[in-house]
Amino acid sequence: MALIIASALLIGLCSLGVLLWTMASGQYDDPDGDAARILIDDE
Amino acid sequence: MATLSLSRAAPENADDLSALVRRDSSGADAFEVAVKGARCASCIAKIEQGVGAIPGVEQARLNLSSGKLAVLSRKVAPHAILQRVRDLGYEAQPFEAAETLTAEKAEGRLLLRCLAVSGFATVFAMGLTDAIWYGGDDLADSTRQMFFWLAGAVAVPASLYAGQPFFFSAWRGMAARSANMDLPISLALLLALGLSVYQTVQGGQHTYFDAAVMLTFLLLVGRYLDYRLRDRVRDAARHLLALQSLLVRRMGSEGAVHAVAAREVAAGDRLLLSSGDRVPVNGILEDRGTDFDMSLVTGESLPQIMELGAAVQAGAIVTGPAVILRATASVENSLVADLARLLEAGQQAKSVYVRLADRAARAYVPTVFILSLLACAGWLTVGATLAQAITNAITVLIITCPCALGLAVPAVQIVATERLFKRGVFVKSGDALERLAEIDMAIFDKTGTLTIGAPVLRNAQEVPMEVLERAARLARASRHPLAQAIAAAAGTGPVAPDVREIAGFGLERGNGEDMERLGSAAWCGVDPDVHQLWYRRGSQAPIGFELQDELRPDAAALIRGMLDRDMRLEILSGDNVATVRAIASQVGITDWGAGVTPQQKAARLQSLSAQGYRVLMVGDGINDAAAMALAHVSIAPGTATDISQRASDMVLRGNDLMPILEAYDVARKARRLVLQNFALAAIYNLTAIPMAALGLVTPLIAASTMAGSSLLVTLNALRLAAGKAR
Repeated sequence: MALIIASALLIGLCSLGVLLWTMASGQYDDPDGDAARILIDDE
Repeated sequence: MATLSLSRAAPENADDLSALVRRDSSGADAFEVAVKGARCASCIAKIEQGVGAIPGVEQARLNLSSGKLAVLSRKVAPHAILQRVRDLGYEAQPFEAAETLTAEKAEGRLLLRCLAVSGFATVFAMGLTDAIWYGGDDLADSTRQMFFWLAGAVAVPASLYAGQPFFFSAWRGMAARSANMDLPISLALLLALGLSVYQTVQGGQHTYFDAAVMLTFLLLVGRYLDYRLRDRVRDAARHLLALQSLLVRRMGSEGAVHAVAAREVAAGDRLLLSSGDRVPVNGILEDRGTDFDMSLVTGESLPQIMELGAAVQAGAIVTGPAVILRATASVENSLVADLARLLEAGQQAKSVYVRLADRAARAYVPTVFILSLLACAGWLTVGATLAQAITNAITVLIITCPCALGLAVPAVQIVATERLFKRGVFVKSGDALERLAEIDMAIFDKTGTLTIGAPVLRNAQEVPMEVLERAARLARASRHPLAQAIAAAAGTGPVAPDVREIAGFGLERGNGEDMERLGSAAWCGVDPDVHQLWYRRGSQAPIGFELQDELRPDAAALIRGMLDRDMRLEILSGDNVATVRAIASQVGITDWGAGVTPQQKAARLQSLSAQGYRVLMVGDGINDAAAMALAHVSIAPGTATDISQRASDMVLRGNDLMPILEAYDVARKARRLVLQNFALAAIYNLTAIPMAALGLVTPLIAASTMAGSSLLVTLNALRLAAGKAR
């Protein structure tokens, strides 16, 4: 059980860290642009 | 006069825009451009590649969500970047390059981080505590205790971190001796944590770790929505500020012309104004007379001729030949600045308006504290221990934490502004919607508001095609609105060479039998003045053009809609009686005033509000700005001058007026939903408080009712996103 709780905490903290990183690197700054950019061939 | 050949692009000389350029840490110049019309992937590619191809540009990135193009460059004139975007077919305006991280952006980042932390802690703490609530009897005491310790180990630091926006705001409120909504929030949070730690240490069963983090999470959602709303408003304000950095051409002593910022102009300076330029300061015409479009200043729809030596007011636009103006006042002492001061006064008056949420907070905070004190006293009198009494008092505070109340207003307002944004109405603040919902009267400006603001050719069928085409060749050389109407009616085509523009009369070219004239009746040798503009070639009979400012296509529909909603309507225009009467009868408004000065407009607004009317002012000109600032709420069309866009609470984006009606309906519905949300929150509190005071509330009940009421309020707000507003 300790293992389960510890891994839950670890996974949670990891996802939190990833979320904070995506925020810091500005990945939510331009949702419309990101949706459109995928259609540009040479990028 | 070699100076007169300066190109029209001169006002965007490099030295003007340099104020908007920011040098970044690597030494490159950062410059931002607001791009209008970019919608799709190919626009992004076109603009970024086009601008990136300018030698010296290091990086160009278009943000499609905000419509801003950020350019990093070395030794590139901002003007060249603007021109490139315009050449690509998009509207481009300079924008003051944002600091990489302003205080406001930092606030948004912090809120998001807090939201993430509290979201994580909520899930984790609930996973543990829910196991206890549902499997409580099967768990050994030591296991339960360990779960509480674990939940606390995550929840306490998480809520202390994520709760900081509330703690700081409550502290600031207390320092200013006013109890805001964040005070009960902070208290509830801290007490919930404290009580839970106490219970855990004592081996008790009622901890509120999960409730505390969830509370923080839900409250932060409301807070973040509110931030998004304000952020968008701030962006718009920054845009308008950049537009105002106007540049004028000042003539030096040796006849050289320098571009200087309008605010640097002093009385006595000689300014060169060519066709299309806005007069920056009050002044006197020094070398000759010319035509001025006064519509922004007085509301008069047709240009007026000003003779040599005439005094011209700031805000007029030159439509005739270029002139030299001797400034008689600095910008601070000019009409525009006067209006800006009036505008500020109006905005101060508006800040007195108390938002619905604050009104609720004022009643809420003391009530909650009194109730929890009563609960404590009640338990003590029936003989409970002090610990028990305090526990129940704290439970009252926790359960009344204004979670749903914190969401009630921002959730509705963000849905409402988002909906209006899609329909082309830009709402500049949340309380503008609240004020719009209260109006019982609307005042419209005429020129540029109900009408298009530029004359249109009415008798195109009567004029031979060939005559129209020849007239248009002359007309294309001028910026006079009447000439532009002819050019617009004829479509694109060549410009006649050697066109002379004679202020107050018209355009002419050639000599003798070959001479062509496009201008006033008397000048073309016509006696009865039936039309405003005539064309004459040599000795042939002159041909008249009937030109009139036209109603916007949906103006009549808007007025009908407003009348349907029992609104009192009025037109206030600076134009002459005949024109205003004609327009008023066309749209069906019986109350109108013509020849009204800006000061009279403002006075009318003041007297109406003194009579108790709550007035919506719709206007576009400099002459409307003061009245708009004084109105209960104001709307400006997208074509409006920057000063009236700044004075207004909402700006329309397209050329349509109908969105005004939609805005009103949405505002009314938003108000209804906010009040419903308040009622929902009140019902929740009415049931929860007695239960908490009686000690019947368990942490599970607290958590689920809190989450339930917040969800209900949010779902109620979302009803505004779909369906008819009315």
